[in-house]
Amino acid sequence: MFSNCSDPSSLDGLAWFACYLTNGKHMAFYGSFGVVMVLLLITAPAALAFGFGGAMAARSPFLPLRLIGKAYSAMVRGIPDIAFFLFVPFAMDQGLEWLRHHARCPDWDAPIRQGNDFVVCAAAKLPLSSSPQWVHETYGFFMAVFAFAVVFGAFAANVLYGAMRAVPRAQMETAEAYGMSDRQAFWRILVPQMWIYALPGLSNLWMILIKATPLLFLLGVEDIVYWAKELGGAKTTIYAYPHDDWRLYYFLGLLVFYLGLTRISEALLGRLTRNLSHGQATMGGEAQRKAPA
Amino acid sequence: MSCWDTVQAYAFRSIGVGERLLPRSDFTLCEQVTLIGSGLIWNIYFGALALFFGFFLATAVALARNSHHRLIRKPAEWFIFLFRGSPLFIQFFLAYESFVLLPKNGIDLNLGFVTLTASTGWLTRAWAGALIVLFLNTAAYSAEIFYGALRSVPKGDIEAADAYGMTGWSKFRRVIWPTMLRLAWPAYTNEAIFLFHATTLVYFSGFPAWRQKGDALYYASYFADKTFNPFIPYPIVAGYFILLTLVVITLFGLMNRRLNRHLPQAARTRIRFKPQVLR
Repeated sequence: MFSNCSDPSSLDGLAWFACYLTNGKHMAFYGSFGVVMVLLLITAPAALAFGFGGAMAARSPFLPLRLIGKAYSAMVRGIPDIAFFLFVPFAMDQGLEWLRHHARCPDWDAPIRQGNDFVVCAAAKLPLSSSPQWVHETYGFFMAVFAFAVVFGAFAANVLYGAMRAVPRAQMETAEAYGMSDRQAFWRILVPQMWIYALPGLSNLWMILIKATPLLFLLGVEDIVYWAKELGGAKTTIYAYPHDDWRLYYFLGLLVFYLGLTRISEALLGRLTRNLSHGQATMGGEAQRKAPA
Repeated sequence: MSCWDTVQAYAFRSIGVGERLLPRSDFTLCEQVTLIGSGLIWNIYFGALALFFGFFLATAVALARNSHHRLIRKPAEWFIFLFRGSPLFIQFFLAYESFVLLPKNGIDLNLGFVTLTASTGWLTRAWAGALIVLFLNTAAYSAEIFYGALRSVPKGDIEAADAYGMTGWSKFRRVIWPTMLRLAWPAYTNEAIFLFHATTLVYFSGFPAWRQKGDALYYASYFADKTFNPFIPYPIVAGYFILLTLVVITLFGLMNRRLNRHLPQAARTRIRFKPQVLR
């Protein structure tokens, strides 16, 4: 980055660090913090959508759908989330390739599972082996997003289901008395009022989601943990910037990053709770009303 | 090899008893169920010990956090913030890297008249290193739960204890502590469930599975990688963990009954699921 960085071996002290911390690999490391933020920003609404679907299914009058919804929201209770993170991308990948195989190569007669191999025709590979590197990386990233959305959707389904039940029954009865259909009452009365009841659970879920982001590493995405391991490992003199095992310091940096992120989120969510309780018939809203202006 | 032979060979493989070589080809369902079940020993080991030791530290930290003295309260607050505000995954890595940096030959402790050599190699092994991290982690989460419960101990109970002339230790032991536990128990049950789930992270987070002695998820991912079929090993893990969760809920439910036994039926708190404590 700086002009004097062309020959790192001649540097020492502060200049060495300035060059070391701005070399190409470190830029990729800083970029991976962006990957984490992108993951958070995509996963949060996706998980909310999954959760909303799950909660709606669990309330459905149609029995099979209700059972599916309840099973979906109950599964995270008994099964470790890490098992899902390992299973979902793997299974999704094979499922998609299986579907594409049947769609694209109908006259292929060899079995797909041959012993310990999973063989589909070349046109069904996902992503195609001819596609460039970034397609593979993006595909892997979105597989990870999907795994996160499935797991956190199940948590969100728990929270939203509870929130829907917390809306006072009298509100729904009033809606029925006005002649609204079930669907109208759900969308116009229940959904707008449930958020304040869901907020404590959802803000907790956001904190959990933040703390789950390093698990991206397990899914093979080049995230901050990957780079911290990569850059921190001891480098011999054949590298431009030789150093000892510095992984401890890199992980300390990540620790500080996460502590900061959770701290800031806590403050923002506290403010959001205050704003949303405004004018609500809850304890928080009542306290705001009584407080001297 | 019949299924019973497989069970004999692999039932305790995860702790180094039985066949040394893992199955390499022609995987049978029996092998998968046995080996993954053998890995569950480690999950139970980590979960149970961390929970047991963590309980005492958590009580101490919760009391410290409730203290009037700044010097006692602040460290407790920082401890809780540090372990609750950062991912367990990073904590594992950090712990492993710092244990690795300790001198290999051990640290010489000079006690003046005799020099003791404290060996440090065992800290880098999962059975000790990961247990320490899980212990501190669950202590922080439980301390926050206990602190919340401590703050909601009814004023009347404490005044009644005062009226009986109880002070200090006997007041804590007979009035405050049982009530605190009773109030905290439903949330603490959830913490226990998620601690057992968190133990699956150990062998994916820096701590190496020495001689392929790993936990349930380690063997499941071994099978999934070898057979290229995730649809058998992961549901087996899921089944084992659902059973483990049911056992935890039953045991904690019994304790909950005991803590609430003096209350009328309607006033007892039931254990409800709240995903408060995923790491």
